[in-house]
Parts: sequence; structure tokens; C-alpha cells
Amino acid sequence: MNPFIEIITKPDNIAIVIMIILVSFFMAWAFLQAFQNDKLMALGQGVDGERDQDVDTYKPLVRIELIIALVVMVGLTVWSILVDAPLEEIANPTITPNPAKAPWYFLGLQELLVYFDPWLAGVVLPTLIIVGLIAIPYIDINPKGNGYYTFSERKYAILTFSFGFFILWLLLIVIGVFFRGPGWLWYWPWQEWDTQRVVFEPTRDLSTMIGIDSRSIGGFIIGAVVVLGYLVGGMIAPYKYFKKKFPEFLEQMGMIRYSITMFLFITMMSIPIKMILRLVFLVKYIWITPWFNV
Amino acid sequence: MNEMFDKVKKNLIWKSVFRRDYRNTVRDRAAAIFGNVFLHIHPVKVRESAVKLRYTWGMGGITFFAFIILTITGIVLMFYYHPTVSHAYEDMKDFEFQVPYGVISRNLHRWAAHFMVIVVMIHMFRVFMTGSYKAPRQFNWGVGVILLVLTFLLSFTGYLLPWDQLGFWAITVGTNMGAATPLLGYQGPFSEFLHITPYNDVRFALLGGATVGGNALLRSYIWHCVAIPLVSIILMAVHFWRVRKDGGISRPQITDKETTL
Repeated sequence: MNPFIEIITKPDNIAIVIMIILVSFFMAWAFLQAFQNDKLMALGQGVDGERDQDVDTYKPLVRIELIIALVVMVGLTVWSILVDAPLEEIANPTITPNPAKAPWYFLGLQELLVYFDPWLAGVVLPTLIIVGLIAIPYIDINPKGNGYYTFSERKYAILTFSFGFFILWLLLIVIGVFFRGPGWLWYWPWQEWDTQRVVFEPTRDLSTMIGIDSRSIGGFIIGAVVVLGYLVGGMIAPYKYFKKKFPEFLEQMGMIRYSITMFLFITMMSIPIKMILRLVFLVKYIWITPWFNV
Repeated sequence: MNEMFDKVKKNLIWKSVFRRDYRNTVRDRAAAIFGNVFLHIHPVKVRESAVKLRYTWGMGGITFFAFIILTITGIVLMFYYHPTVSHAYEDMKDFEFQVPYGVISRNLHRWAAHFMVIVVMIHMFRVFMTGSYKAPRQFNWGVGVILLVLTFLLSFTGYLLPWDQLGFWAITVGTNMGAATPLLGYQGPFSEFLHITPYNDVRFALLGGATVGGNALLRSYIWHCVAIPLVSIILMAVHFWRVRKDGGISRPQITDKETTL
């Protein structure tokens, strides 16, 4: 069978195909409504739902809930009739499958293992994702856009969230599911997997690019300056910029809220930065210490 | 025909169950909600936006519905399952080949689980895009994030239970991350300061051992079937309660747009 058909019709992967379809559909619907509302507001009219009246719960709401429940039930039943849940060979600690993949919703994190050590990719970053998500309502002080779809009133919030959700979370999952084969090497979906394939890709550390051993004192200092400089500078530079251009915005944010927001933001942006460093410049580590590597 | 309905409706038993006739009056429409233990999760009246599919997409409700399907099919599976290394895999084979509707029950459980993970993420996206986490709903967003994580963990703990290669290695890969926890995992930074070894770190606590084995299977089973559902149900109660206490489904604020009304 064509490897592409094979990989997208693997029972567990059908869920991912369904996810791609559903997520694309709802993403389009959300932005469509957001732009529609923006247009209405530009014309000085009220957004969708503004003139809504109260209606009885019974029956309009109960009816639609029942219909949705039936549709979902029928859909899942059809899915369950057509596709059987996989049950592989009995667990065998002596035979390691290649690649050994985590459950699909964690494949974004597993994909990060290419770019970060496990303590970052598997522990620190997931923790920061959860903390960051919970923090959103407390760091987003823009009162607009509450209760309706809009883009123009909350551009930065929506762009940041969309980047994290669609690119860093969902796209990496899709890559992990469909584009990673034996040895976690990149395979196009139409390529046959080859367990013998070895890719020799010499990587280096950041300081070795300028000829300093990354495990020497000099390399350690350079790494420390780059990593800490990124974190500290990444927080101070925008501060200076806002101070000059939007002082009232900084005033509203306050120091603590600004620091938390900026820390979460630059931590998120460190992921694509490290990816580019690794993929384009073949940099493995930026900072090597006796205890951990970044 | 009507006579027959009358007879059914006018006897003692019917009246003891339904208490009152439904006459499509304001009072009766309200009573249909508050007189019903399941429906009274809803207010008697809601804003139109709560009824519009284009606004909520019904995603929160669908997530909850998936949870109900998973609970029911999960109970069916539990009747036939022993969480032991010697039985787990054979129980799954038995369930598929010997038990009536076994295959479809297991399929439903599996696909509803994937489906729940997908719709809960879309629900979060919808709530974000409508700005519904903003005041006064900040706290409920946080509860929702925890519920999202619990959904992942519910699915994750269920992965190991069939005791097949897929689950075994997925859990091995997943829990190996625990070993990398700073301070508390034996491969994590700074763990040597706390004298952490493979036999006393986070991963050991997760698995009940240094490798995925019988204890890990039992732990997965209890997390999956008892502990996490229990916490999830409590948090769902809080989540739904707060939806109402924070003013129902979010809607455009009228106060700052008086001109249009």
C-alpha cells in the first residue's frame, strides 16, 4: 500500500486526521466571525449577539443539546463500526519499537526533544504552558472583546495564542504523528520508513562556532551571557520600547504583570529560536554547565 | 388515542413521577428546568447567544457528553478486566472475541477518548477567541485549564491498560520525562544534591517501580478509573457552577455600548 495512505489510515491516526479537519473548520469559523464583527463595529453597529434577548431554556437550549448529543453519538458509533481500536502484540520490554512514540497529544512535547533536553522539553516547558494558560486572564488587561468574536480589538492576544496553539502545539503534533519515523528522523508521508537509515549530521555548540570549546570556562561564560542575556534583555528591551512609545500601557500593566507576561512570552519564543538555531545553524547547545545544558 | 394518553397520564404512578402536567405556559417551561434534577444545571432563561451554535459551537457540552460516553463504556470494560500483567492483555482479547458487542464497546471507548481530547482543545480555543476568560470569568478559565490537563492525563493513564506494545512503550516514553524533572528526577539537573536515584525519584513514584511493570499497571488503572475521574467530576461541578454564577454564557457587554441600544 502507498505509505501515505497507510499512515493516515492507521486507526489511531484517523483521530489526528479528524482533528485537523475539525480544528481547521473551527479556526476558519472563529476568524470569519471575528472579521464580521470587526466590520460591524467599523460601521458603528453592534456586534453579533449584542441585542440578544433572554429566551426560555426549555425548549430551545434543551432541544439543541439533544440534537448535538444525538449527532455526536451517531458519529462516534459510525466511527466505531468502521474502525477497530488497535490492539498490538502483548507488551514486551525486550522489543523496543522504532520509533517509540508517546500518545499523540504529547507528540508536540516529544518533538521538542529534538531541540531541548528532557528536563526542559518534558518538564519545565509543559509546566510553563499550564501556568501560562492559567495566567492569561490575569495578564490580559484589555477589557475589550469580552463575549464576542473580534480580531481588531485584541490583535496581539489572538496572534500570540494562535501561534502557541496552532504552530507550537498542533503543528508539532501533526509533525510528530505523520513526519517522524525510525530514529525520529524526518520522513515525508509518501516515503517508506527505513530502520537502517542513518543521518550523519554533525552538531556543534554555540561557542564552538567562534572557536571556543563549549565545555571550557570561556564557553561556559559565553553560554551564560547568551542565555541569561536573552532572558534579561528580552524583558528589558521591550520595557524601554514601551516606556518610550506607550508609557500609559506600562502604567496599566504594572511591573509584576509586565515581568510575568514578558517572561512567558520570551520563553515561548525561545522555542522557535532554538529550532532555527538547531535546524539552520546545527547548534545543539547554547550553554553547557556541569548540571544542565540549554 | 387521546383517551389512552389520558389514562396513562391520569393514574397515580404517572403523577408520582412527573408531578404536574406540561401545558407550555411560562410557569411550566420554567418548571421543566428547575423541576428536573438533570436539567436544573441550566437557568430557566438563557441569553440567545447560549442557544446559537455559531457562538459556542456546543464544544463544552460535547466534551461533557464524551465524558459520559467514556464513563459508561469504561464501566462495561471494567467488568471484564483484571489490572494484572498476566491477565490484562488476555482480557482484552477475550473482550473482543467472547463478549457480545465487545469490539464496538472498546472502539467507542477508544474513539470517544480521542474525540474528547480534540473537542476540549477546540472548546478552549472558542473560549479564548470570544474573550470569555475575561472578568468575571478568570477563575473559571483556570479551572478549565486544569480540566484540560486532567483530560490528557485520563487518556494517558488509559493507554497502558491493554498491556500491548503500543501502550507499554508510549507510557515508557512518557514517564521517562519524569526522570528528567529538575531536583526530583534521577536524570534531572541538581538531583544529585538530593541523592535521587532511579529508585526514589518522580518516575519511580509514577510507576511504582524503576520500569513499567505490574505496579505501573495497577497505578494506571486506579488513576484512570478512580482517582482522576473523581477529581474531574468535582472540578466539572465547580466549572459548571461557576459558568452560572459568573453570569452564564459570555455575551457582549451592554454597558459600554449604550449608544446602540
